Amino acid sequence: MAAAETLAARIERGDRTALARMISWAENGDARFAGELAALWPRVGRAWRVGVTGPPGTGKSTLVNELARVERSRERTVGICAVDPSSPFTGGALLGDRIRMDDRTLDPGVFIRSMASRGSHGGLARAAASACDALDAFGFATILLETVGVGQAEYDVLDAADTVVVVLCPGAGDGIQAMKAGLLEVADVLVVNKSDLPGAERLQNDLLEAVHVRFTKRAWAVPVVAASAGTSKGTEDVLEAVSQHRAHVESSGLEAVRRRKRIEQVRHSVSEQLSERLWGPQGLRSRVEVELARGHSPHAIAAALLAEVTMGISKLSEARR
Amino acid sequence: MPMTQRKIRVLVAKPGLDGHDRGAKTVASALRDHGMEVIYTGLHQAPEAIAEIAAQEDVDVVGLSILSGAHMALFPRVRAELAKRGMGHVLLTGGGIIPQDDMAALEAQGYTKLFGPGTPTEAIAKWITAAMEERLKNQGAQ
Repeated sequence: MAAAETLAARIERGDRTALARMISWAENGDARFAGELAALWPRVGRAWRVGVTGPPGTGKSTLVNELARVERSRERTVGICAVDPSSPFTGGALLGDRIRMDDRTLDPGVFIRSMASRGSHGGLARAAASACDALDAFGFATILLETVGVGQAEYDVLDAADTVVVVLCPGAGDGIQAMKAGLLEVADVLVVNKSDLPGAERLQNDLLEAVHVRFTKRAWAVPVVAASAGTSKGTEDVLEAVSQHRAHVESSGLEAVRRRKRIEQVRHSVSEQLSERLWGPQGLRSRVEVELARGHSPHAIAAALLAEVTMGISKLSEARR
Repeated sequence: MPMTQRKIRVLVAKPGLDGHDRGAKTVASALRDHGMEVIYTGLHQAPEAIAEIAAQEDVDVVGLSILSGAHMALFPRVRAELAKRGMGHVLLTGGGIIPQDDMAALEAQGYTKLFGPGTPTEAIAKWITAAMEERLKNQGAQ
């Protein structure tokens, strides 16, 4: 291994340790990541990215493992990025998703990376999309992106994946849950996992009804697929639904869809980093404290700070012109 | 907490046929509570699998837990498999039921420090944190 060789070059010739390091750079906000990815950018965009999301304990990791198994049996390579939550208090995390993916560890056609959410609140880690870019550049045909167990309002996966699979299981709510806004609306494919448990059929019917009543104006009819990932049932059906969705997106203009998602990705990245800079160690917190002590209201302080930040931005864009 | 802060990533692994993982889980939880990102392999891992996971996860530390008595066979193999994958730089540690003489022999082979029964988890976390700080200081950020 020549010391001068870049990570990008090593990734191009299939060096998995380089891929792992590249993902670490993305996670740690290392400035070198952008340069390496720029070198690899022509290779990005060939993989199909499948987001797998849903409440905790519905079997996301088990399903991801199953999807990987079937993809491998079809000789398609698989990159997996699995996100688990960081503690809001210590910043630590216990990353346990790959325990369910144990059978895939020594398969050279599979690469699994566990990731902690590190303070991100949208169900993914901030670096998850970048990790997918790196996996894509490495050449995996299918990328499976597993979110943390989500509640009803974590949608970052929508902008990071080409197809979003929402995994639900029976026993976690009635028809009213299925009518609520939120998670269901981001689904391209709905999976009723643990379909051998009582209540599965009922859940499937509730979901079908919800989908048919609410999404009538959409061109893509969201399929509701029954599966039992723990016993390897229904995995092919899930993959079939994913590939139908893929065909649908590709026929209706993949580039436009992906560009829209890229814009969102840039927006997220900029606003998160901006917020970190504004409220980080040398940030505004102490000033707010002083202003509050002077008797100003939070609203007035916020308005004043916002005016300053906005002025800074418009000065910048003037300078660029 | 800044989201891009460098975290210590640790792989806690159970090599071989030993089926007791309360200790590994206790240590994994304790390291998490000290702000580390901990990946736990689950039971019955081959040395190749442990090294492969360490490589894919780009961990800084690999901690092996073993109570079966096979440490003199398994620990060196894990070390060799790590080196094969360009992961010779990781901080290697471990613990379990390991006689003093064996501990000394393994520590001399590159297992920087091994921990026996009764070690406070706090001591393990502090040792890892200090060792990593030392390394990062010497190497600069990787």
